[in-house]
Amino acid sequence: MSAVIENHHDDHDHGPAKGITRWLYTTNHKDIGTLYLWFSFAMFLIGGAMAMIIRAELFQPGMQIVEPEFYNQMITLHGLIMIFGGVMPAFVGLANWLVPMMIGAPDMALPRMNNLSFWILPFAFFILLSSLFMEGGAPNFGWTFYAPLSTTYAPPSVTFFIFSVHIMGASSIMGAINVVVTIMNMRAPGVTLMKMPLFVWSWLITAYLLIAVMPVLAGAVTMMLMDIHFGTSFFNAAGGGDPVLFQHIFWFFGHPEVYIMILPAFGIVSHIIETFSRKQLFGYSSMVWAMLSIAILSFVVWAHHMFTVGLPLAAEIFFMWATMLIAVPTGVKVFNWVATMFRGSLTFETPMLFAVAFVVLFTIGGLSGLMLAIVPADFQYHDTYFVVAHFHYVLVPGAIFSIMAAVYYWIPKWSGNMYDERLGKLHFWLSFIGVNVTFFPQHFIGLAGMPRRYPDYALIFADWNMVSSIGAFLFGFSQLLFLFIVIKTVMGGKKATDQVWEGAKGLEWTVASPAPYHTFSTPPKVD
Amino acid sequence: MKKEAKKTLIKLVVAVPLMFAFGFALVPLYDVFCEVTGINGKVFQSEYSEELVTDDGRTLAIQFISTNNENMPWTFKPSEQVMKIETGKYHGATFYVKNTTDKKMTAQAVPSVAPSNAAAHLKKLECFCFEQQELMPGEEALLPVKLLVSNELPSNIKNIILSYTIFDITDYDDEVLAHNQMAME
Repeated sequence: MSAVIENHHDDHDHGPAKGITRWLYTTNHKDIGTLYLWFSFAMFLIGGAMAMIIRAELFQPGMQIVEPEFYNQMITLHGLIMIFGGVMPAFVGLANWLVPMMIGAPDMALPRMNNLSFWILPFAFFILLSSLFMEGGAPNFGWTFYAPLSTTYAPPSVTFFIFSVHIMGASSIMGAINVVVTIMNMRAPGVTLMKMPLFVWSWLITAYLLIAVMPVLAGAVTMMLMDIHFGTSFFNAAGGGDPVLFQHIFWFFGHPEVYIMILPAFGIVSHIIETFSRKQLFGYSSMVWAMLSIAILSFVVWAHHMFTVGLPLAAEIFFMWATMLIAVPTGVKVFNWVATMFRGSLTFETPMLFAVAFVVLFTIGGLSGLMLAIVPADFQYHDTYFVVAHFHYVLVPGAIFSIMAAVYYWIPKWSGNMYDERLGKLHFWLSFIGVNVTFFPQHFIGLAGMPRRYPDYALIFADWNMVSSIGAFLFGFSQLLFLFIVIKTVMGGKKATDQVWEGAKGLEWTVASPAPYHTFSTPPKVD
Repeated sequence: MKKEAKKTLIKLVVAVPLMFAFGFALVPLYDVFCEVTGINGKVFQSEYSEELVTDDGRTLAIQFISTNNENMPWTFKPSEQVMKIETGKYHGATFYVKNTTDKKMTAQAVPSVAPSNAAAHLKKLECFCFEQQELMPGEEALLPVKLLVSNELPSNIKNIILSYTIFDITDYDDEVLAHNQMAME
């Protein structure tokens, strides 16, 4: 996409307000994007600290550091915080920063709602985290909060958990509505749907998924609330309900949620690989169609999370094949990325390193997912560390690597400064080694039969658990280096050019670095 | 805001409560789906039907299992563990219960059928699971089931397991339970 920019200088143009009110009252998409990104970074560190506690406990067999009850609270909060506080707000932050600049819009379509959707999030997580200090402790039923563990047997703090999930859901829904309205109505003339950058496409699809499934999650927690406090029996067999119903409703939300956390990553990686290959992206339209088919298929595969509840054979076969079908569009994407790099003029700056690692490691996670889709095999893998290894491979070197890649790739545009390339590369290699040392051995202990969600394990799993914990500490503490690099870049550094990267294409690279407070007040011309 | 943008906004805002309602609609849809397909081992009460009664049925073993849910203190067991029955004929069976506590208690039994594809062919004319059992301290009772296995039962099924789990519902709200009861029948 090429664009001609006219440099209008508007004398009435005003910068941001001063002090804290800038952040409290802001309706500027760049400010809100920054808020989201810092918030998700804070949550990433909190959720990461919980992961460190988990891995410290699992360093050796036997109970060493924490009580089993507290361990359960840690695994629950780690999952909830990383998903709803880490990955999702990071992607919303990136959408806020990038979507308007990529389509040549002056801001998001609903700036005030944008402010609201961010500012309710800290309250949601304050409520969730405060449950740690309540009588009976924080939620301890795992992030999937299966009934009746989360209803009949839940600690009293479950009501606060339900309320915080409602708030997170409201925030995500508002964010998603904002993205859709912006993309559908505020594209600069000439930016047709099939000319949109892939990150914009990926977010358009993600936003529709969010609008479709977050209300279902809200419904599920509302039913829990009614079962706990108002005497209904949605999930209580004694009163005519069914606990398996909870799993059906939860995974109807839960599976599209998985793609909510990976589709924007697909968009990011496509941009980065295109730039550092100095070639046009291979198969743009097939990328769009692949994302659309993944999104549609995500609604008909939910029961593959519950193969062992006693589904009838016909259902098991249907969900097995539907799940395997998703490998086809995903494979199209992976091959397109490889084809883009093929005979490209490649350089490996930090964003590209993360993006290439994404392609390789996400594919490993995808393939173990394919193994889990096989019904007879899943009866062995179900609820073992193999599952833990699988979804951490798609979420850590998948979603989180893509977010880190995006930060390195766009931070020169956001801050006006280049990050320290040497430190960036160091951060990449520490993370890359750390992530693999952590999660690869979990495949082995999972196949050997170690169940997930226990604070203790049999002696035969001791060696690989120790390796996994060492990797986790390496990965965890390297993220402090990432924090340092980001702060250092924001504070100063080599000035970035407007285009920043030699091969970078797209409207966001046509504005000054750092991006002015207001961009594209008059729409750019796009051929 | 542009007119088209407002239109998009309205559509999306309407979609949210619709999807919220859809989440709740899954509850009856799930029951209907189970009833139609007979999966999940759910068996609903049926009327006496002359058509189902035949003389050319085959013999079949039906096995009864009883389970007490968590702290339910009652004694609860089938009078006979295994019964030989013929398809296309009505048969009766009984379960023995005793309230072993010194309090008046109410119980609800929840049935399940295995294999699940037999559930659609199991017709219950009468079952204690369709109502609640209220027993005085130390009181005992024989609870009846009257059932027929239809002749159309797939021929590979040689025996059926009918399992009941008994729940203590003494502290439940009567009105809510009555409502749930209706939903089960």
